[in-house]
Amino acid sequence: MSSIAKVLNWGRHYSTWPFGSGLACCAMEMVATASSRFDITRFGMDVFRASPRQADLFIVSGTLTWKMAPAVKMLYDQMAEPKWVIAMGACAISGGTFAHSYSVVPGVNRIIPVDVYVPGCPPRPEALIYGVMMLHKKIDKRKFRQQD
Amino acid sequence: MDWWPLGNFWAHFAVFALAIIVFVLLMVMVFIWFERRAFGPFQMRWGPNRASPWGALQPVADAIKVLLKEDIVPAVADKWVHFIAPVVGFLPVLLIFAVVPFHDGHGLIPDMSIGILYVVAISALSVVGVFMAGWSSGNKYSLLGGMRVIAQMVSYEVPLVLSIISVVLVAGSLSMNEIVAAQEIPFFVLMPLGFLIFLIAAMAEINRGPFDLLEADSEIVAGFHIEYSGMKFAMFYLAEYGHALAMSAVAATLFFGGWRGPGDEYIGFLWFLLKVFFIFFLLIWARVTFPRLRVDHLMGFGWKFLFPLALMNVFVVAAEMIVWGEIDGGMPWWIVFINLPAALVLIYLWSRLFRFGGGRVGVNA
Repeated sequence: MSSIAKVLNWGRHYSTWPFGSGLACCAMEMVATASSRFDITRFGMDVFRASPRQADLFIVSGTLTWKMAPAVKMLYDQMAEPKWVIAMGACAISGGTFAHSYSVVPGVNRIIPVDVYVPGCPPRPEALIYGVMMLHKKIDKRKFRQQD
Repeated sequence: MDWWPLGNFWAHFAVFALAIIVFVLLMVMVFIWFERRAFGPFQMRWGPNRASPWGALQPVADAIKVLLKEDIVPAVADKWVHFIAPVVGFLPVLLIFAVVPFHDGHGLIPDMSIGILYVVAISALSVVGVFMAGWSSGNKYSLLGGMRVIAQMVSYEVPLVLSIISVVLVAGSLSMNEIVAAQEIPFFVLMPLGFLIFLIAAMAEINRGPFDLLEADSEIVAGFHIEYSGMKFAMFYLAEYGHALAMSAVAATLFFGGWRGPGDEYIGFLWFLLKVFFIFFLLIWARVTFPRLRVDHLMGFGWKFLFPLALMNVFVVAAEMIVWGEIDGGMPWWIVFINLPAALVLIYLWSRLFRFGGGRVGVNA
């Protein structure tokens, strides 16, 4: 790995700004992760950007219905490269309890590429932080000219 | 300029222009780190602490990341205006520092005879960049943010300038360096009301703290810079913190005696820096403590509370200057005992009077 890639990855590692969006009940756990008890600020992730243009990390938190799917797809497309996605909770991973429902997307990887899956129903904030650390490991291995 | 070894105007200009750019960029980095770390104790958390000890390199990581992010220009955007808006927003911030005296008579042009007028005129220009960004993005939320910032800036410019007038009355000069030289007693002691009005109006002017209506997440997503990503967004971030730095520097110069302080005369710059940090800390304190104002409350607060109070402040200071202005060539120190109760009485009175419909009706608008 070149030293330029190291510097870039270091910057992206410590400054992964999440996108301030929540879909369902998992969003409450995401909010708890941002609050002072679990303190996602420590990783430099306190800047929850409201605009997808400025965010790096899309935490898909909760059940994704087919009606909501075009909106989520559009938000993902609006994010600027490089961008990452965490599928948070059983519903986001596979549809969870509602996997066979007519209205629920069986896993958000049907519509957008997912980097890290965080299981749980809902996952505890510690689990989400662990997922974020896994994502950091992935970012550290990134090549200079890597296209995702 | 006999202190300057080269003795050349253009050399002085080049060196100080470069020094100011470096100073602003470095201080913005330090301010971002300082703010995010200061938020920690206020919110009972740690703040950034993973990127190097105490998270000191956090702003560096942010800069690396944001500068190399994809730059998106919306298809419906007014391309040229969209491109130039961040520059127009940031340039006035840099220009303010031209007249700030960093040390006794040291700066780019600290002795400019209309220094403070220049600051007021230039700092009002950055609103143009913000509105250009809001307009050119072709997004309704960004346009709303731009509209809001115009209303807010026009409203709060008035009390800001009125509070500066009271300083100019006492100092007897518009030059920043002479205003500092006139402060045997710092003016925030002499005129507590003027300082409070200046601080609140400056907070609104730099769109921070409880007055960040132009990028209110819960109402208009990200406001005027909603369509900006990458380097252009970084410019807006830079402009926001640079403006906070500029206003802190102006407040330190006008009310805290700039480079004046006990000790050796060569550490004037350090005193200046210390005061800038103190005022920035006040701004952080207000930002982390107060919730965001509603739009109509913001306008009501500006026009019905701050504006009359600023007028009264100018009146009181002017009357005092007529009566006692000639004693020892400046305001006597015991003026504090008149101005402090006057400030408290005025604030109390206006907080009673500042009720919509005399307190009998609510605001449903």
